[in-house]
Amino acid sequence: MASRLRCGAASFAAAGLLSLTVPVLAQTAGNVTEALPPPTGLAPYLAPVTSGPAKLDADGFVRRWLLLEPLVEPNRTNAGFTPSYVREKLALGRYPGRPDRLPRDGDVAPAPERPRWHALDAVPFDVKLFKLAQGLGKPTYGVIFWAVTVIDSPRDYDGVRLAVGSNSASRWWLNGAEAVGLYGDRRMVMDDVVSAPLRLRRGRNLLRGAVINGPGMSDFCLRFLDSAGQPLRDITVDVR
Amino acid sequence: MRKPLVRAATALALAVAPAVAVDAQLAGEPFIHDPSTVTYSDGRWWTFGTRGGGLVSDDGWTWHGGGERPGGGVAPDVIKIGDRFYVAYAVGGGGMNGGHASQVKVMWTRSLDPTSSSFGYHDVGVVAATDGIELADAIDPAFLYAEGRLWLSYGTYFGFIRMVELDPRSGARLPGNRPVDVAIDMEATALLHRDGWYYLLGTHGTCCDGPNSSYNIRAGRSRQPTGPFVDQMGVPLLRGGGKLVVAGRGRVYGPGHFGLIDLGDGVEKFSVHYEADMDRSGRSVLGILPLRWQDGWPVAGENVAPGTYEIQSERAGTALQLAVDPVRIAFDPRRSFVAKPDDPVAPIANQTLDESRATWPAGAIDVDLGDYLIRPQQQWSVTPVEGAGGAMGAPYYRIAVAGTERVLAVAPGNRLQTVPRFTGAPEQLWRIDQLTDGSYRIMPKPAAGARASLALVAIGRSTPALVRFDPASDAGRWTFQRP
Repeated sequence: MASRLRCGAASFAAAGLLSLTVPVLAQTAGNVTEALPPPTGLAPYLAPVTSGPAKLDADGFVRRWLLLEPLVEPNRTNAGFTPSYVREKLALGRYPGRPDRLPRDGDVAPAPERPRWHALDAVPFDVKLFKLAQGLGKPTYGVIFWAVTVIDSPRDYDGVRLAVGSNSASRWWLNGAEAVGLYGDRRMVMDDVVSAPLRLRRGRNLLRGAVINGPGMSDFCLRFLDSAGQPLRDITVDVR
Repeated sequence: MRKPLVRAATALALAVAPAVAVDAQLAGEPFIHDPSTVTYSDGRWWTFGTRGGGLVSDDGWTWHGGGERPGGGVAPDVIKIGDRFYVAYAVGGGGMNGGHASQVKVMWTRSLDPTSSSFGYHDVGVVAATDGIELADAIDPAFLYAEGRLWLSYGTYFGFIRMVELDPRSGARLPGNRPVDVAIDMEATALLHRDGWYYLLGTHGTCCDGPNSSYNIRAGRSRQPTGPFVDQMGVPLLRGGGKLVVAGRGRVYGPGHFGLIDLGDGVEKFSVHYEADMDRSGRSVLGILPLRWQDGWPVAGENVAPGTYEIQSERAGTALQLAVDPVRIAFDPRRSFVAKPDDPVAPIANQTLDESRATWPAGAIDVDLGDYLIRPQQQWSVTPVEGAGGAMGAPYYRIAVAGTERVLAVAPGNRLQTVPRFTGAPEQLWRIDQLTDGSYRIMPKPAAGARASLALVAIGRSTPALVRFDPASDAGRWTFQRP
């Protein structure tokens, strides 16, 4: 069913009919295709953004994000998430939308699934993408999630590092430049992969990422570390 | 010892038997996935796996299919409390087409041996459950009985690992007890209690893809059974942390599903299943390894690798050696003292075996301990003996003077000596167990009917003997040093 969906999507694209809604009724899950369960809601792991810019949590984790409903990318296992495969599937050129524009909550992205962006705060330190998909009744397996947020820095910060853990593979870009990639069949561990030193500029910095997952759990956690390895605390995060 | 073992037809066959690989694995047909804690019942060792049955062994080295575990389901665990063996297992869950709605059930029996009159399971009921929506999956249970309380961890890659408390008198969940989240992103957890610490071990990585499986076992610890568990870097297990305990090595890939085997006397081992034994068609097999404790953390030890070693006493720092006349290496010490810095230098050969054994008697030779002088009579070739069996995760070894057939043996009266030729007789076979501090205990294969186990012990600085092993003393601890 999932592979048929891909063919369908390609056909829609070829026919210029991407604006039509493509219902996703089932997903590839390991060696079987299963019907999607009904939506379960986002609580208690994700909550709609209701306030102004958010401070980081005590450990510096970035918990406010614009999250795109999952795009279908069937994978029966995560074993194939080689660097080259992940770079191909999570290329910035595949970002569904204008990379120079910040989507808004509720926007529909130009993709066959007609996915919506959701402005959400992660309640725990990590962003449970599986819960986003399950909560909305979307495919949880064989999917790609896109995430965007804006880091507002009070000053220029040189030598900071982006520290990411993700399940499964992911890629992350800061102000349009690739910062870090996590490849292979990964489980989420805080500070799993840490970028080379980066520059956070004073004011707004656009942080974008994509996570790919076959079967199993999907989530990520992300924070900035200073040159001493301590988490940055004085930056704020917003999705506007 | 990864291939099915063939019993040697003759002693000569044993004498010429090839060494087995350094990653020698268990004998028999140790095929299993998700083994329960290896448990002793009715004179034999038992472990149960996913899909019903399990494995049974007389000695912990050679394993065959056997055992009965009703209830079906996956990944059981076993613990003995009093005269009861409690068995926990999971029904449902595991993800994919099974979803994550699952139940952990408990039952008990007074024997694990189906042929025993005490064998018979009594159902306790469900002790933990998940509904398929919450971020947890009630499978892979693991028991811990510590300080009079019975704990059970469960969960898998799907969300949280959880801990509940059971009643050790009944195996049922304590009234009012609520699950506590203790880790994420683990599978097949296990619990240990040592020196006031609670350890939560779990399997990271992915299973069930043979040599492409990435399973490895990691640990965190806490002063409380309900956490918070952190690794040696302080990373909480609730944030993905975990200190490595064991990864695949050699020809066996993807260890998972830890189970402690505490043999007493400072010998701890642990069971795993390997996702793939490359010498058994990549099938999942039982593995048993020594467990070491290093700076308060459990780490995998290893059986002695085949090789040539000085066998050094931890008590005295002296080396096990043939009690023979030493032979000087021809050397004029004045040359060292009168030589000028820019005089030419040239290598001098170590003493050869032929130079040394010129003084050796032909028959049996006693052994003693002496300062290690890099002499042939102090260097021992240690080799697992294929087809000779073994004991709890370790094969029996031959200990021979390197380059010779002369082997360490037990003489009448439990006296130590060497004999000129290896015959494969039981008195020439040695059990070598790594202790929790990384040193080794060396024991002769017990004679039939022996009432007490003997070990090689330095009863004096220069005197080894076969006496009872005292785990509180260095006298029975040995290290295998590169010669």
